[in-house]
Amino acid sequence: MTQMALSPPPVAAEDPRDRGGPAQPMLIVDGIRKYFPIRAGVLNRTVAEVKAVDDISFYVLKGETLGIVGESGCGKSTLARLLMHLVDRDEGHLILDGDLVGEETGVPLDGLRRALQMVFQDSYSSLNPRLPIEQSIAYGPKVQGASSKVAKAQARALMEKVGLKANLFAQRYPHELSGGQKQRVNIARALALDPRLLILDEAVSALDKSVEAQVLNLLEDLKKQLNLTYIFISHDLHVVRYISDRVLVMYLGQVVEIGPVDQIYEDPQHPYTQALLACRLSMDPEERVEAAPLAGDPPNPVNPPSGCRFHTRCPFMEDVCMAKAPGLGDVLRSSADDHLAACHMVHPGSGHSRAPLPVRA
Amino acid sequence: MNDMTTPNLSGSQPLATPFVSVKDLRVRFVSREATVRAVNGVTFDLARGEVLCVIGESGSGKSVMMRSLLRLHPKKRTVIEGSMQVGEHDIGTVSDRVLSKLRGSTISMIFQEPMTALDPLYTIGDQIAETVRRHEGLGREAAWARALELLELVRVPSPERRLKAYPHELSGGLRQRAMIAVALSCRPSLLLADEPTTALDASVQIQVLVLLRRLQREMDMSMIFVTHDLGVAAQIADKVAVMYAGRIIEYGSVGDVLNRPQHPYTQAMLASTVKDQERVVPLEAIAGSPPDLRALPEGCSFLPRCAYAEPECAVAMPSETVDASRHMARCYRVGLEGKRLAFNGSALPPGGRATPAPMAAERAEMLGRSA
Repeated sequence: MTQMALSPPPVAAEDPRDRGGPAQPMLIVDGIRKYFPIRAGVLNRTVAEVKAVDDISFYVLKGETLGIVGESGCGKSTLARLLMHLVDRDEGHLILDGDLVGEETGVPLDGLRRALQMVFQDSYSSLNPRLPIEQSIAYGPKVQGASSKVAKAQARALMEKVGLKANLFAQRYPHELSGGQKQRVNIARALALDPRLLILDEAVSALDKSVEAQVLNLLEDLKKQLNLTYIFISHDLHVVRYISDRVLVMYLGQVVEIGPVDQIYEDPQHPYTQALLACRLSMDPEERVEAAPLAGDPPNPVNPPSGCRFHTRCPFMEDVCMAKAPGLGDVLRSSADDHLAACHMVHPGSGHSRAPLPVRA
Repeated sequence: MNDMTTPNLSGSQPLATPFVSVKDLRVRFVSREATVRAVNGVTFDLARGEVLCVIGESGSGKSVMMRSLLRLHPKKRTVIEGSMQVGEHDIGTVSDRVLSKLRGSTISMIFQEPMTALDPLYTIGDQIAETVRRHEGLGREAAWARALELLELVRVPSPERRLKAYPHELSGGLRQRAMIAVALSCRPSLLLADEPTTALDASVQIQVLVLLRRLQREMDMSMIFVTHDLGVAAQIADKVAVMYAGRIIEYGSVGDVLNRPQHPYTQAMLASTVKDQERVVPLEAIAGSPPDLRALPEGCSFLPRCAYAEPECAVAMPSETVDASRHMARCYRVGLEGKRLAFNGSALPPGGRATPAPMAAERAEMLGRSA
């Protein structure tokens, strides 16, 4: 509402819901942080904290797809829940299309929920088993004030949009659908409030590969039709490459690398990103992996390693990595084409022996 | 039990003496409402020390087929026909007592979800020790010592501590390793693995695959590995069987099946797998969904989704075409060209995926029905 576009927009069509102008990012996340307390003892004191999301900043432009990758336990899903306000953040700000979220002057929470919707991984447990899917889809609009008739008509239209015949499926219950069909229902439900940003948390991970391709195509179509912005969280690096414009790599609650998808995949800067990419399975039986590129599990986020959090598993570890945490740079001031990595090896003068020469050598 | 010599079960397979020999296996689940024909005539042989990957979508019957090898289905509602020979035992006919001896010792299984397969109320050590004591009659001390060895074998860090851990205290990767340790505790000759890496992260998946392959080689186990991920098959398989609607529709060495797929379904599966495609081009998804196993149509079961379908496909299921390297496909479009299989789909309109006109109406009707 306050900022106007200075340059021609990256998005195609003019959207009446647009408030901040086309150059204003859809969502800005500024220094968001969430520590979960671990309580113990008779007094139930906090004895430690799980640093699930630790000072993360990024933005998502209008109409783009931001992929978020990382191992289990790196905080991807907590981050998604923080963005949705399903858990409260400890610190940091969310700016939705130019307006602060959840503060006195900004967008109220129900406004956020209308603009931001989420699709979860487990397509079955995220649907109410006792509601026919038509009612599951119509539920959100009803809560937001639509009449039952309008909401139902809308639900049927949405079912057609996600490729389910309304007259066949409307009255079915979730257990009568296959995994791919259930995930289509979840997508339809997320679209029911006409959101602008969809958070897809491992939305295709539980599907068969052939169904996964159908759902990915559907997501691409919907994005164009409805002028959507996606945050796509997944641990499947092939899928993230296919669907994303930019990629954010997370490790133990922090961003270790962010940049345009092709730069991340063709020229990864951070050793963690390099290792993750090496974990992709080749389809050629001649190219078998003999040793796992990443050994062990990520360290415990209760007590993350000092300095660079990846140093315990990093093949290029030096003293400076244990002593000092490498910075990522100012993500919010960087442009969408910038490729940033939180590693001493890419920062000139950091004290790492490989530092002056970028790894791309 | 471990170093038994396998009798030559079938004279028609001169390449190797099969350790596992499944012939015309059919499994139906009978209930009041319907009969589900989950497996419809599966035949394969597996040599000692060989890894067979069974690939297919959910509902293709791959897990049902594998569970039949341990007779894990509810007795009352399941009809199993055909023969399953593992070593000297005919699994279809052995008594329950013999079967319970085989389970966990000669034949062992790893499940997809370790959290539900392990008992939450017992420690990892208890669960490994229980298997060893039950099958090999070891004492408590000896069994625990063996459990420790096994955790070291599957490369669990600080194994002494993990023996006393409960399943919920371990990460997904460690839990899956613990389950592998349970499965290997009695040195099985045949290991069945039902999507053991599907629930794991890519980084852990590859660790588990490398581990399984190493153990399989060291212990000279035969392995049947069910997965829907072709990348996993490429990593671990010697032989690949592609299942659709309860039948093996393509079979061959991993190189043949993945690099020279013949059946349209295998081709479509490979094409639909996301792997460094151009981002602007939509994925070549396979339209429709797998057939309803309660009412399988006559003819080729892939017909409603096939881009190369022709009227003859609706008449009967195509028979097997096998080439010199034992690459097999069941499709009317596949023939022999010299010593190799050759797919004869070149007469199709450009683009290949277009529907042949005379079939379009029927296909649409069938798709509507299956949806």
